[in-house]
Amino acid sequence: MTINWFKFASPAAFYPIAGRLIPWFGGIAAVLVLIALYWGFFETADRLGGSNPQKEYYRIIFVHVPAAWMSMWLYLVLAGWSAVGLVFNTRLSFMMAKAVAPTGAIFTFLALWTGALWGRPSWGTYWDWDPRLTSELLLFFLYIGYIALHSAIDDMRRADRAAALLAIVGLVMVPVIYLSINCPDPNQCAALHQRSDPGSIHPSILIPMLTMTLGLWSYSFAAVFARLRNIILSRESDNAWVRDVVAKEAV
Amino acid sequence: MKARQKRLVFVGLALVGVAGATSLALSALQSNISYFFSPTQVMANEHPLDAVFRVGGVVVEDTLERQPDGLTVHFDVTDNAAVVPVSYTGILPDLFSEGQGVVAKGRIGADGTFYAEEVLAKHDESYMPPEVADTLQTAHVDGVVEQTAGSLAPTSTTRSPTQ
Repeated sequence: MTINWFKFASPAAFYPIAGRLIPWFGGIAAVLVLIALYWGFFETADRLGGSNPQKEYYRIIFVHVPAAWMSMWLYLVLAGWSAVGLVFNTRLSFMMAKAVAPTGAIFTFLALWTGALWGRPSWGTYWDWDPRLTSELLLFFLYIGYIALHSAIDDMRRADRAAALLAIVGLVMVPVIYLSINCPDPNQCAALHQRSDPGSIHPSILIPMLTMTLGLWSYSFAAVFARLRNIILSRESDNAWVRDVVAKEAV
Repeated sequence: MKARQKRLVFVGLALVGVAGATSLALSALQSNISYFFSPTQVMANEHPLDAVFRVGGVVVEDTLERQPDGLTVHFDVTDNAAVVPVSYTGILPDLFSEGQGVVAKGRIGADGTFYAEEVLAKHDESYMPPEVADTLQTAHVDGVVEQTAGSLAPTSTTRSPTQ
């Protein structure tokens, strides 16, 4: 059995597929996010114990960490599709990259915002030039820069290529964020973020966190496909099939 | 003719922008690091004399003293090699406690005390419900008891409820 993957690289072929997948991803996202929120907010310990005695506010971890993971993952997706677009010159790849950027920016902002709200009571400050905070802020600027650069250039193909290049260059930030907690002795560094290790997170906290991550991942698919369909329609508006679709959906 | 050159200009601008952002970030991190001193460096007088800098380390057990005004606290910060006394007036963050990591921003006084304008607490990587943490703690304490019988009552959980 051989699947001709290039068939799906045609916007006309992918448009209906994306439309059929959106309700599935949207539904799965809603279910998983609701489960994770209920689980995280009502079925976990009221406070942490041991050397990290955070009170109720530790529960922001169920939103903050999945959002931060998604912000990094979606940047990899953005840069990946940009690279595919540059190499194969496929229209859909550039559209995919453009559709991913706003969702990635939202998750980056959410990670920074929830982190600030958490940081005030626990660390004692909303913001600190901690390496991880700084590099995550730069990731946010990269998403914004990608969107701004893309919309600043009128010629669509040129905009695609320039923004794709920016996305690839910005890829350097993802390992920086990932490694920004690698301080050999935490007490010798100004960094407020600590080296993290899923093994030191109790399963009762880790599992709802992972559930939320899957939910946000599924949401990202739904949101990106919905945005992608709009981009396809506006960019392919000269084609007959788009006129057919618009005529059919207008009824 | 123009298309390729324009593309080149745009790519160049993008690269310059990213390089600028990266160098700004790196210099911010660098200056952050250079204004951060361990208690050992402070005791060796490597710190700036008349400028704000940061000291980081662990709060020494049993050194937290609340002053009569109710807002000022004194405590010692150590990197297990040297100790710096710190004075701070203000509300301590929730995760501040003896034996935990802190970063204090301020300047050093003539008396050798570090007068902090801001005290930030670090958080720990472990996320455990209290019951689990207690079990682990008990196991740890039991191990310590076997080694040094007694004399650990004050070290285990002396978290002052005064914050």
